[in-house]
Amino acid sequence: MTPPLVEVRDLKMHFPIYAGILRKQVGAVKAVDGVSFDILEGETLGLVGESGCGKSTCGRAVLRLYDITDGEIVVDGRAIGGEDQRSLRRMRPTMQMVFQDPQACLNPRMTVGAIIGEPLVEHSGMSRAERTARVEELMDKVGLNRAFINRYPHEFSGGQRQRIGIARALALNPKFIVCDEPIAALDVSIQAQVVNLLEELQDSLGLTYLFISHDLSMVRHIADRVAVMYLGKVVELAPRDALYDAPLHPYTEALLSAVPEPDPAKAGQRKDRIVLQGDVPSPANPPEGCNFCTRCPKVMDVCREIDPEFREVQPGHWAACHLHDTE
Amino acid sequence: MPDGDTRNVLEVKNLQTVFGTRSGEVHAVNSVSFEVKPGELLGVVGESGSGKSVTMMSLIGLLPSPPAEVRQGEVLLEGEDLLKVTPARLRDVRGGEVGFIFQDPMTSLNPVFTVGYQIMEPLRRHMGLGKKQARARAVELLELVGIPGAAGRLGDFPHQFSGGMRQRVMIAIALACDPKVLIADEPTTALDVTIQAQILEIVERLRRELGMAIIWITHDLGVIAGIADRVLVMYGGQVVEQAPVHPLFNDPRHPYTRALLKTIPSVSGERAAKLQVIEGQPPILGAAPTACPFRSRCPLAFERCHAENPKREDVGPGHDVACFHPLAQTAAEETA
Repeated sequence: MTPPLVEVRDLKMHFPIYAGILRKQVGAVKAVDGVSFDILEGETLGLVGESGCGKSTCGRAVLRLYDITDGEIVVDGRAIGGEDQRSLRRMRPTMQMVFQDPQACLNPRMTVGAIIGEPLVEHSGMSRAERTARVEELMDKVGLNRAFINRYPHEFSGGQRQRIGIARALALNPKFIVCDEPIAALDVSIQAQVVNLLEELQDSLGLTYLFISHDLSMVRHIADRVAVMYLGKVVELAPRDALYDAPLHPYTEALLSAVPEPDPAKAGQRKDRIVLQGDVPSPANPPEGCNFCTRCPKVMDVCREIDPEFREVQPGHWAACHLHDTE
Repeated sequence: MPDGDTRNVLEVKNLQTVFGTRSGEVHAVNSVSFEVKPGELLGVVGESGSGKSVTMMSLIGLLPSPPAEVRQGEVLLEGEDLLKVTPARLRDVRGGEVGFIFQDPMTSLNPVFTVGYQIMEPLRRHMGLGKKQARARAVELLELVGIPGAAGRLGDFPHQFSGGMRQRVMIAIALACDPKVLIADEPTTALDVTIQAQILEIVERLRRELGMAIIWITHDLGVIAGIADRVLVMYGGQVVEQAPVHPLFNDPRHPYTRALLKTIPSVSGERAAKLQVIEGQPPILGAAPTACPFRSRCPLAFERCHAENPKREDVGPGHDVACFHPLAQTAAEETA
């Protein structure tokens, strides 16, 4: 069996909190607190969760856009958890990112050609003519008109801007792309266009995606396997159909039942909707025991004391919940 | 149209709103007409730029003028035309008879006043309550929208509340004076699904208990399916289809509505191998429309669509559509 393209083990990303006149560290925001998963070559792993659960931080940490607190990351056979940024540079062409806000991630003073070509300037020895040819090829690939190569980002619509971001990520023929909410800022009819584009590119280029989103229905569409995060931890990880048809963790259940169904007949009969009470606790001060114990409808005494272990409950289906303890 | 058993609380006829910009006029809302009955929840769906928010803000004069200009139309709130009343009367209507919930609870609450002050403000302004009474009513309202420890939180500032809690405060303010019509402009778009579920539950309960008419603007068809009685679909500044919620989802007649329903994936049921897309971009509304706004993206467009703007015509009880091609009931066959 081929080893997975991306292996993440016990990844931790804590942001220190300083207070007082001496700026002493008084605590840490545990944005990502012990996350482990694998992504196989050519597959899409969906990462879902509510805002503030650490899913974006997790995506950025996997690409080492942060200096991580602890843990191991292996991408394409190379451990990058402890590497310094200088040696990481040589790894960057393999792993790229598509950002959430296509408005904010494109430099308004650069032309589209310059934006898409910038990775080529940085990482390849291409001549100017070669670069232009490559940029034009990329624009074709993502469905942008070549004639627009000298235009500026503000001349494009949201969906087209996201295509620019995707073309830039593809410039260096990466193997692994982290898509951080690539469709959240787009309209429904444009979302479908971008998602289809990502899927086509995956088929033709054999890309591997970590697809971060809060849109559970879109993740069901695009992902092969799905990880659910809550308060810095992955609470459930399973193949798509298993997760959506038979979720094991009460948080996944609640999350799925909260998604409105675009069908009035189904919406009417869904009396079993689980409405979670209260808000997500602060990641600087997570509760004792299981992180979800303050809102869990099935909470037991043990949940308030012992943090459940993240283990394989069924083959390929992982969950961190005391409901599935064997003893 | 025959008089129903209940009178309409709000009737909008032929509303037209235009923005004057440096590069010419933008016709954001074009001859939009609709009505709402007491206790009814009217859903308004459409993409950004379809004119849904501008329509609602035009109703109660919330658009800055210039650049905005409500050029035509009537907005009848229980028979009174809000486009003709004095600014003073309009101020009474806003927050009094018509409540408004905005999309982003952080930018629509004033950060330098306490939440209590902001809830009491309309109570004192519109209902003439004294400080004590207003305070008691504010606590009542916060309890109504499900904020725990309401009395103790009146002195808190907006930043001390989470996103969901702030949206509850916004709802409490909108409800403060028992409005006859509550306009909610994408109230849950900025919130997470679990918090959205909480807010939807509150709105359902309040509608049952208080019996007000609600206009709910959203681009999320899932939310609409769950709560609306009737739905307006807007595209390019116009209403392209209006229908009760079941016919709209089961038998959509406008090509845009049909395409929109197909583009959204669901968390249950069949999983399509590929998402349906609507090719192209929404229109830019530079001039008063002389043709169907959807023509460039419509698979069924023919010459007439480029030459003439279709009017809304009835195709069923309470169901009308603006299209020269009102799709026959073959929609189901075609999808299968």
